[in-house]
Amino acid sequence: MKLTKALALIMALAMMFALLTGCGGSGNSASAPAEEPAADTAETAETAEAAEPAAEEAAEPAEDVMVFHIGGVGPLTGAAAIYGNAHNNGSQVAVDEINALGGSIQFEYKFEDDEHDPEKSVNAYNALKDWGMQILVGPTTTQPAIAVGAEANADRIFLLTPSASSTDVTDGKDNAFQMCFTDPNQGITAANYIKDNAVGEKVAIIYNNADAYSTGIAQSFTDTAAEIGLEIVSTTTFTDDSANDFSVQLTEAKNAEADLVFLPIYYTPASLILAQAKDMEYAPIFFGVDGMDGILDLEGFDTSLANGVMLMTPFNPWGTDEATANFVDAFVDAYGSKPNQFAADGYDCVWAIYEAIQEAGITPDMSNEEICDALIATFTGGFTFNGTTGNDMTWSANGEVSKAPIVVTIQDDIYVNN
Amino acid sequence: MKKLSKNAKSNAVTYAIVIVFYIVMQILSGSGTLSSSLTGQLIPICVYICMAVSLNLTVGILGELSLGHAGFMSVGAFTGVIVAMSLQASVASGPIRLVLAMVVGAVMAAIVGVLVGVPVLRLRGDYLAIVTLAFGEIIKNILNNLYVAYDAEGLHIRLLTAISKSELAEGGFMIINGPQGATGITKLSTFTAGFLLMLFTLFVVLNLIQSRSGRAIMSIRDNRIAAESVGINVTKYKLMAFVVSAALAGMAGALYAMNFTGVAAKKFDFNTSILVLVFVVLGGMGNIRGSIIAAAILYVLPELLRAVNDYRMLFYAIVLIVVMLVTNNPTLKNGVNAVWTALKGVFVKTVPVPEEGGESDE
Repeated sequence: MKLTKALALIMALAMMFALLTGCGGSGNSASAPAEEPAADTAETAETAEAAEPAAEEAAEPAEDVMVFHIGGVGPLTGAAAIYGNAHNNGSQVAVDEINALGGSIQFEYKFEDDEHDPEKSVNAYNALKDWGMQILVGPTTTQPAIAVGAEANADRIFLLTPSASSTDVTDGKDNAFQMCFTDPNQGITAANYIKDNAVGEKVAIIYNNADAYSTGIAQSFTDTAAEIGLEIVSTTTFTDDSANDFSVQLTEAKNAEADLVFLPIYYTPASLILAQAKDMEYAPIFFGVDGMDGILDLEGFDTSLANGVMLMTPFNPWGTDEATANFVDAFVDAYGSKPNQFAADGYDCVWAIYEAIQEAGITPDMSNEEICDALIATFTGGFTFNGTTGNDMTWSANGEVSKAPIVVTIQDDIYVNN
Repeated sequence: MKKLSKNAKSNAVTYAIVIVFYIVMQILSGSGTLSSSLTGQLIPICVYICMAVSLNLTVGILGELSLGHAGFMSVGAFTGVIVAMSLQASVASGPIRLVLAMVVGAVMAAIVGVLVGVPVLRLRGDYLAIVTLAFGEIIKNILNNLYVAYDAEGLHIRLLTAISKSELAEGGFMIINGPQGATGITKLSTFTAGFLLMLFTLFVVLNLIQSRSGRAIMSIRDNRIAAESVGINVTKYKLMAFVVSAALAGMAGALYAMNFTGVAAKKFDFNTSILVLVFVVLGGMGNIRGSIIAAAILYVLPELLRAVNDYRMLFYAIVLIVVMLVTNNPTLKNGVNAVWTALKGVFVKTVPVPEEGGESDE
């Protein structure tokens, strides 16, 4: 009796797992677009004999239109959702523009949510692999990018992240490239800028010591300040759990008579710091980094508080150059608000890949490994890219971009270049 | 088979579930039909099953609420990473390093478990829940400020202040870098390792439950005063269950950390503890088999729901609510039982239905 029961249970379980895998399979084929052959090539890349007929099929249906599968990973839900959504929207604008050109290169684009969690990010990446992803734009944030980078490196899928800024993202991975400048680079540039332009004499730092991005910049800023003789009078920290009151940190900075407060943090806590500093009648110069970008669009934030705030950003949505103006217009049309630098980086990533594909002469019937190698060779081989976040960008062999961060001051709700 | 006790048969089914799961996945993976998505989830599934089974020991068998299980997982994870990375040069074999990492991770987690358990488990009431909740947050903040590096001179461990590369001897490297966590871990975890860990966890937990000590632990859960009156050392048995549970979580943590190139303390927050608790509660408290099935299904579910994009978390929540209703509402429960009996009727024609209905499930 018991035995039959056990047998029934095992049978049911086996069936359930078969169903599960079946579900996964059917879900993928349903979401995969008409270009089945391209997806097939990606999946059977390792088996050469299977890849060959698939490649022939790919050539048949459309002779000169080449469709690439571009995947994106980032947080669409959770605490970091604003960054992932901006990245997704920016990339989507670029994909739409490229497809509207009607050229021979067309992009099929799909974005998966990772909730700013490395574990979920790897899952999202694997889901995209099942979809037939050939090139990855993302992940948006640092920790997930480190985890996914290793997987993509093993699978030989080219990865260009818009905003994962730690050096660990690209370290030891020849296939991982960044569109943003690295954390240490930002800290060094900020310290030098403050010293060279005599923006402040006594510097206070408030940073999030539970956040890799914030700690990374704060560390390199402190090191550089010591080297160049910039005086740091107060260093205070907070964590995500205590990011709702900054009176202790501000009081310490005020008592130390700091005339500049360096904020290597994201804009949500920064907005609170600005408000509390005003209540305390403490008015130093606030100096932010690229995470500060977006503060003007924060819901319920009194933008007059941001007057005089300086920040480093690669992207100025009030910029007058043609590329920026076009992008901002297209973005406002599609989403009703001005893009921030995450959107601009996401937009530039897709365009950079488009131009690199053209330059390298890549076709979608190539295996992921061939595409990856060709793109690596192009990106490290003197490829220059002009985008909304900088001109004449080039990439070093270890995947870091070289572009100059610009320092802007917020005046009357717009960024003014310094 | 008839001579086997009820327990032994029940155990055999539990082991069989895990073994069949492993074999089916290996066959699918070997034949290339397993999607990348599911392949990537296999090790996390093993880890969460071990977490759920070990937490069930505290919550279901001992009857104490623990809200900081992820804290023990993180202790195991970070200890495991330190062990695996510092032995990189001296121990060449990956599997041996993984086993060492898991063993040391388990020992560390057990020590922390003793520290937490000794004062708290002497008390009556919900104090364990309060203290483990705090413990989870404290350990997360400590790990966020922990800096560990390794060079020829050995390990450098420091709290609060960062270690810069220039302080290290030639060939030195960072293992844990504060909130950035551990990066550059060599991926050592395999599905087979996860499978063996699941078997080990089940072996430990099932044997403990069905031993003399296990009966003592359950008697404390059912009636503490009665247990004390027959001379059971309440604190000792409570501590036994709690520390075993912590040690197994530490092992699972080490396996988890070795599956990714980077691991940060942020991951092991309150939400992860609650996630594991949800697996235990929905699988049925005290029901080990239920924990296994619930952990596997509830882990895979959000990934399967990717097809519905923005609504997937909504669907996930609905599924959780439905499961809760079905397992607790007598009307729905009878309905499900009727379907189950009918299904059984399809599989095993000779079974007379009335007898089945009259027999209660264990």
